[in-house]
Amino acid sequence: MSTTSPAGAVGRPLPRTEGEAKVAGHAPYAYEQPVRDPVYLHPVLSTVARGRVVAVETAEAQERPGVRVVLTHENAERLARTGDREFAVLQEPVIAFRGQIVAAVVAETPEEARYAASLVRVQERAEEHDVVLTQGHPRLYRPGEEAAPGADSEQGEPDAELERAEVVLDRTYRTPMEHNNPMEPHTSIALWEDSGQGHLTLYDSTQGPHTVRETLSGVFGLDPGQVRVVSPHVGGGFGSKGSPHAHNVLAVVAARALPGHGVKFALTRQQTFSLVGHRSPTIQRLRLGADRDGRLRAVVHDSEEHTSTVKEFAEQSAVCSRTMYAAPHRRSTHRLTALDVPIPFWMRAPGECPGMYASESAMDELAHELDMDPIELRERNEPERDPQSGRPWSDRSLLRCLREGAERFGWHGRDRRPRARREGDWWVGTGVAAAFYPHVVIPGSQARIEYASGCYTLRIGAADIGTGARTVLGQIAADALEVPVERVRVEIGDSSLPQASVAGGSSGTSSWGSAVVAAARAFTEEHGAAPGEGARAAATTPEETVAEDHAVYSFGAHFAEAWVNDDTGEVRVPRMYGLFSVGRVINPRTVRSQLIGGMVMGLSMALHEHSVVDERRGLVVNQDLAQYHVAANADVAGVQAEWLEQSDTRATPMGSRGAGEIGIVGTAAAVANAAHHATGVRVRELPLTPDRFLVETGP
Amino acid sequence: MEATITLHVDGYRRELTVDTRTTLLDALRDRLGEYSPKKGCDHGQCGACTVLADGRRILSCLALAVAQDGAHVTTAAGLAQGGGGPHRVTRAFLEHDAYQCGYCTPGQICSAVGALSELEAGMPSHATDHPDAPVRTTDAEIRERMSGNLCRCGAYPAIVAAVREAAQ
Repeated sequence: MSTTSPAGAVGRPLPRTEGEAKVAGHAPYAYEQPVRDPVYLHPVLSTVARGRVVAVETAEAQERPGVRVVLTHENAERLARTGDREFAVLQEPVIAFRGQIVAAVVAETPEEARYAASLVRVQERAEEHDVVLTQGHPRLYRPGEEAAPGADSEQGEPDAELERAEVVLDRTYRTPMEHNNPMEPHTSIALWEDSGQGHLTLYDSTQGPHTVRETLSGVFGLDPGQVRVVSPHVGGGFGSKGSPHAHNVLAVVAARALPGHGVKFALTRQQTFSLVGHRSPTIQRLRLGADRDGRLRAVVHDSEEHTSTVKEFAEQSAVCSRTMYAAPHRRSTHRLTALDVPIPFWMRAPGECPGMYASESAMDELAHELDMDPIELRERNEPERDPQSGRPWSDRSLLRCLREGAERFGWHGRDRRPRARREGDWWVGTGVAAAFYPHVVIPGSQARIEYASGCYTLRIGAADIGTGARTVLGQIAADALEVPVERVRVEIGDSSLPQASVAGGSSGTSSWGSAVVAAARAFTEEHGAAPGEGARAAATTPEETVAEDHAVYSFGAHFAEAWVNDDTGEVRVPRMYGLFSVGRVINPRTVRSQLIGGMVMGLSMALHEHSVVDERRGLVVNQDLAQYHVAANADVAGVQAEWLEQSDTRATPMGSRGAGEIGIVGTAAAVANAAHHATGVRVRELPLTPDRFLVETGP
Repeated sequence: MEATITLHVDGYRRELTVDTRTTLLDALRDRLGEYSPKKGCDHGQCGACTVLADGRRILSCLALAVAQDGAHVTTAAGLAQGGGGPHRVTRAFLEHDAYQCGYCTPGQICSAVGALSELEAGMPSHATDHPDAPVRTTDAEIRERMSGNLCRCGAYPAIVAAVREAAQ
């Protein structure tokens, strides 16, 4: 960044601005905002996966002391038809999945609301349902352009080339349904004030206050000026808080029925399993055709997934195979089937995460087939240009990550033979996998800077979901203004602040930071280095931020050591190392935490995560944190993340690229490849539970 | 049914009347406005609600408020504002960036303080070599003892580093 002073803030490991508030527990999350006359909402959810609500008996609930209102499809207000049926809450007596909102109780205490909700009698008529994704499901279809732009892509003649290739690998990999499970369950407080035109305040746990404001004003037919969404602190999201969901609409419906009361609605952990999104299961068939030297001739990646009947969402798992490796012939396809399941949505690195598990597992299998080092196989297939667009790379550092990562991990001298090293009762192996993530800048964010009493206040309606955004935007502003970072104050997390895009797709710092740099330049141009009291300037993320003539991606390499118990099949991962190329690192402290966090979630995906669907009852049966396992402290040992010292000014004016998701991309493949190296057992279905390794194997 | 109870929260005596179904967590949050302990699961599965009750770490979502009548409850807020400045565990969490979204953090810190007293008292864990052997503060012991506190942001390596430092 040309405006960076030598002693700049960018690049320094500054502690988080809100750190002291967070360690004390004082940083207010949505539920903790002070409101007058609070009332509490508890929903009633459907208990069949498909059918109709025949009748709702509310009398018993209504008679409980403290109950203020019982909402059903018969008395809830009529909402605007937005075309997005996720938001058509309590509009029709139709049940599209188990765990759908069919009624709600609002009462003066949370205990009473919960108890009264249990007294609402919902008579449901069940219809036959289908909740299981099977390979070649009879109702598979090609998704629409909105859910999956370019669902299919083809270059050359992949089928003919697979016929001709010297070596052909044809494998199918499966990933299960998974749930985001941020530690703070989704929560809203809705307050409707009746005076004048009416005004809605929503304290919300969201990755994008402006996104929520825009969506809800549409659903309720309000002017966006009548709606304010406040979310200064968010307890994680990993995608599920990237859009409002049905619970937000329900909270507002209740608030409009009880003007002047703050309606507090905290989803229980169990309710989050059906109401705020999940990652679709995937069934991915990978076909690789190569010559004996390991040069890929053809890559075919076909992914099958589910979506809901309410709304279409496509997990774009095969997209990675359009970019990763050189091959003259390639095809990737996505097919969906609409099941009677809750609505799938973003979960950290949607598409890339399950897709790279499959494709990086296949590359490992091909290397094994060719008796070749897996890093060497990737070296032989390094594309000079982006195979998809034909554009030159802005900064493709995959091989550097693999080679330097191999050095630092201690890869060299590895005995390639599987099941060759044993320590006591444990088989020991190592694995590698590549990572990539597209660089995304969302246009339209606006930053405003104002000077008063020696302090520069930066205002932008961005969200900090644990990324460090509040801290990092201050660093960017300080350097762009050429002032000490201590003189910059940052205000985010409120839709009354200037427009900002969602914290998703690893795009936050890139999109908002570009607006901040533009605003700082405008400020300096207008007011110089000695601004007067009240001086201000604003600017919007420029449209031409990313170099259009280049392919801009982040890359990385994961290394893992797995120990698999010979008697029990238990997998332990004592060592993980990731080396990443993410452009310039603005704050090494927060970026390291993000990269390690992504790797830990990748380890969790590899070893534990699995939403188990009961096909008869149509629900996820392990819908809590005792049964839906996520990595705990004892699962994680020796995780290290580092990065290459780089700067990519084709990506952003800061030289940075996104870092929020790449840590989870490829991680599960590295672990699975290590487990294969340890045992000789190739597991092609996640998670890597012990039973999968308890099979007869040769030496 | 309601009952009137007394809680000493972070050094302050608080008297309140609660529905007897109320958990300690909900009493702290919804009745007293003490939002430092968090609700992540309400079933004792995540650890976000951990507080110290009479010096021992407990899951406040699994404790009924009426059963804690008279208890001295310390939250992460109390640990952060002690007389001699923030608790050494609180300081170590800041220094090691042992949190991201911050939602599990108050529970992690209370749990770490409780775990360190258990280590000091020589209480063995699953990671201890032998129940009769002296307990040492190893990384394996810290990981094991902190495994009741989930962190979805994946800050575990930094949490272990923070607790290790605070133990010294």
